Amino acid sequence: MPGFSPNELSSYLIIGAILFALGLFTVLTRRNAISVLMGVELILNSANINYVAFSHFGSGSADGQIYAIFVIMLAAAEAAVGLAIVLAIFQIFHSIDVEAAQTLKE
Amino acid sequence: MDISTAVFYLIALITVGSAVMVAFSRNIIYSAFALLGTFAGVAGLYVFLGADFVAAVQLLIYVGGILILIIFAVMLTHRITDVEITNRAAGRLPGLILIAVFLFLLIETVRETPWAKVKEVVYQPTTAKIGDLFLSHYLLPFELASLVLLAALIGAVVLSRKEIRE
Repeated sequence: MPGFSPNELSSYLIIGAILFALGLFTVLTRRNAISVLMGVELILNSANINYVAFSHFGSGSADGQIYAIFVIMLAAAEAAVGLAIVLAIFQIFHSIDVEAAQTLKE
Repeated sequence: MDISTAVFYLIALITVGSAVMVAFSRNIIYSAFALLGTFAGVAGLYVFLGADFVAAVQLLIYVGGILILIIFAVMLTHRITDVEITNRAAGRLPGLILIAVFLFLLIETVRETPWAKVKEVVYQPTTAKIGDLFLSHYLLPFELASLVLLAALIGAVVLSRKEIRE
């Protein structure tokens, strides 16, 4: 397939675009809070692929990789807090359906 | 086709295929385990991009940390045997149309843009370079990141503990 090889920038961008679209689809359609978080992780991964790919094919400096590491760090923080919120919601509403949790308190 | 190109195709296939399963699987356990394939595939892509340190970090934090957290949360919140469909989805058709149009636009943009041609690709270790940058140019964000992690740690503990009523 032309334009899709390990030495082409566009192949990485296409993989990133597909991951982003699938992550967005997951976030939009899932009714399960944990699945929504999984979609967010997919989106963050696609952004990371783009960062590292542009860094590799662009200036060759490590700046893009630094940003990717920051994104991974923030994703870890987001997963910890997000899943803690999901567990708290489950204890209160006995469901993690995002449509069930409509109020701010019991 | 040489071997590295074949490996690249395989990794791309694993990454995208697992992501499709995350998005479409009816069982949330399958979704969670498919996420493993996506994360590992992305780590493989990082290796192809000459980012060895980021690939290691991806494996350690995503596969070793975030994925375990997600599987923990799934196991703690679901009576998996009770319900037929553990991973409900709504509005699939409009979502699918929207995403298809969006993806088409993105891919067309990527294909039409005349990206600069690649120079000779050199693979060299990046860890020392990243360490230097973290402690010189990116020192302030680095310190802020540790503060954010501390806040997230305390926040997670406060949120998930059981409230004791008297």
